[in-house]
Order: sequence, then C-alpha cells, then structure tokens
Amino acid sequence: MTLEVSDLAVARGGVRVLEGVSFALPPGRALVLRGPNGIGKTTLLRTVAGLQPPLAGTVRSEPETLIYAGHADGIKATLSVAENLSFWAQVFGKSDISQALDAFALAPLADRPAGMLSAGQKRRLGLARLLVTGRRVWLLDEPTVSLDRDAVAMFADAVAAHLAGGGAALLATHIELGLDDATVLDLGPFRARPAELDDFDEAFL
Amino acid sequence: MIALLARDLRLAVRAGGGFGLGLAFFLIVVTLVPFGVGPRTQLLAAIAPGILWLGALLACLLSLDRIFALDWEDGSLDLLATAPLPMEGAVSVKALAHWLTTGLPLVLASPVFALLLSLPAAGYGPMVLSLLLGTPALSVIGTFGAALTVGLKRGGLLLSLLVLPLYMPTLIFGAEMARRGAEGLDYSTPLLMLAGITCGTIALLPFASAAVLRINLR
Repeated sequence: MTLEVSDLAVARGGVRVLEGVSFALPPGRALVLRGPNGIGKTTLLRTVAGLQPPLAGTVRSEPETLIYAGHADGIKATLSVAENLSFWAQVFGKSDISQALDAFALAPLADRPAGMLSAGQKRRLGLARLLVTGRRVWLLDEPTVSLDRDAVAMFADAVAAHLAGGGAALLATHIELGLDDATVLDLGPFRARPAELDDFDEAFL
Repeated sequence: MIALLARDLRLAVRAGGGFGLGLAFFLIVVTLVPFGVGPRTQLLAAIAPGILWLGALLACLLSLDRIFALDWEDGSLDLLATAPLPMEGAVSVKALAHWLTTGLPLVLASPVFALLLSLPAAGYGPMVLSLLLGTPALSVIGTFGAALTVGLKRGGLLLSLLVLPLYMPTLIFGAEMARRGAEGLDYSTPLLMLAGITCGTIALLPFASAAVLRINLR
C-alpha cells in the first residue's frame, strides 16, 4: 500500500471544507481529484503532504515516499536551470539530473538563469524536480498550468513512465492526460456541511 | 544541509542577493557618527564600542527579512518543509548562511571601522572578539523573528519590533565587553555571559523557529 487516506476532514482558514474523504492509492495508479474552485483540492493535497494537520481522519503512507508540487515551483531566478535541479537532487540525496532535463526538454536551457525562462518553461523545470527526487508518490496541484500542448504531452509521458515504474500520483487537474491507470475522484460529495449552530448563546438570550 | 548552505551562499553573492549591503550600511553608520558628534577624539573614543555594536546590530537587522521571505514567495519553503531535511536543521543552516554573509564580514571589517572612531589600541582585540562571539546570536535570534513574520506583507517593521528587544542581552554584554577592553579593564565576565547567551540561543532557538515556521506554513 502506497498511500491510504481514511475519513479525512480538512480546513482552510479555519473553515471546514472537506470531510469524510477516503481513498487508497496503490502503486502504479493515478488518482485525479476533480471539483469546482474552492472545494479544497489544494487543501487536501497540502494535508496529505503533511504541510497542515488534518481536522480528523488519518493519512497513512510509507515514510519518505511523498513529494509535493504546488502552484509555485520553488525556482530561484538567479540560479541556472541545472543549478536549481541539482540543489533539489542533493536535498533528496540524489545527483543525476540529466534524465529529468531530457524528460522535459530542458537540456538546451540547462545553463540559462531560471529567471529568464517563460512561464511554461518554469513550470517544466518545476515538474522536472519531481524526477530528480526519486520519490514514489507524486502529489500534484494543477501541474499543467501554463503548459502548451506539447509540454502537456511530455508531462503525461512522464507520469505514465512514473506509474509504469511502480510509482503513484495524486493529481488535482481538469485536463485529460489520457492516462490508462487513472481513477477520477469527484470531491463534490465530500463538501463539508455547515457546522450545526451550537446553542451556547441561548443561555444568555 | 550542505546543499542548502551552498545554495543560500550562492544566492547571496549573485545579483540582488544583498551580500555587502549590511557591510555598506555599517560603514555609513560609523562614518556618520563623527559628523554628528563633532571633531572630539576623546568623546569618540569613549563611545566607539557602543557605536560599533549598535552599527553591527542594525546592519544585521537590515537583512533579516530576506531569510525566509524570498523562499516563501517562490514556494521553496513549502518544498523544503516536505523534503527529507528536518526543519530544525534547515532553520539552523539558514541562520548559519545569514551569519556567514552578514555577521562574519562585519566582524572582519570592524577593525577598519574602529579606526574611524579612534578606538584605543588596547580595545581592538576585545572588540573583534565580542563581535565574533555575539553576532551568531544576532543571526539565530533574527532567524526566529523572520520565521515568526514569514508570510506577512511588509513584515519588516514588525520583525524589527519583535527582534530588537531580544537583541538587548547580547548588546549589553557585547558592548560592555568591548568597553572594558578599550579601557584596559578585565573583561572576562561579560565575555562569559556573551558566550553563554550565544550558545544558549544556538541550542534552543532553532526548535522554536522550526515550530513557528510549521504553523506559518499551514
């Protein structure tokens, strides 16, 4: 079992947004989170990644398997593309970045300062970071934002290769990636009901 | 951790990294004081240790809000928090990088600046030693303040208000040690107090900074 979420409730800004979310993500599978803006896709991903504690429920995964990629790519503008990738590789105890550069067609840009890249190229660099870390479960928040059609295909290939290699991916995206092993989870039914008004005030009325 | 240190040092010396800003600020403060006080060497020599310490403290303060703010803005802080690096370690490395790029240059340049304030010759050794012992505490306490205010827009002023009171013990014993040294007195007591404060902050504050940072990232 790679990742198991049971009866999870999450809050954003003190407001309960999702509750009773349960799913299991075995190796080799992808799970796509769907739902309207503001339903809590990002919050759910951040909770699973351990950036914020759940209100209720549990997230079980093998230690040191998760990697989170959010809206911001964590790119340093004054470092070159290769330096940015090497840094993250070293943080995760790896050293080889050539494969990640090739997977997202970044090799010709390797020596360019990351601040000079276009939005789509920056995003490709942010996604290439996933490959250098060697983590098995990818948690991706809108990974295809600002990517063109070719780059989306590149990304879909990278995810497919990752799944074929025994990895797993939890994605919040609205774009069809054409993945064979993907399941869609609609978050609509898990929207948290407004909390019952407690009658604490009544004694004073 | 070494990768993080190398990255922070590299970022500091690249364009817009702010390396040398603190040093230039220190130079200007120390140069302005004789203009304000007037050409009285005796008076300058008497207040030189205090001015040098205040200048170093303000120069240190100047670069504090960059410790986490830049990493928070571009999202690297989230990614670092989910990396296999313990947060306490990352915070300590950040403080070390801040000291290497701000505190250490101040310590090395202080004898030159002391010359501008006509510090007595006997005072150079204790003054440099006091800064060497005290500036790591400034960086570690400053990192804690930066962790508290990360994510706040225009948090720089709030950061100064939070951090300056915490700098007082370091300033008191650091300036006292430099003063006693300049007057040729025994300075072992303030030296021990200063060293104790620095060791204490280095040992304890990274845990507080990491806890605060975790809460701020939610």
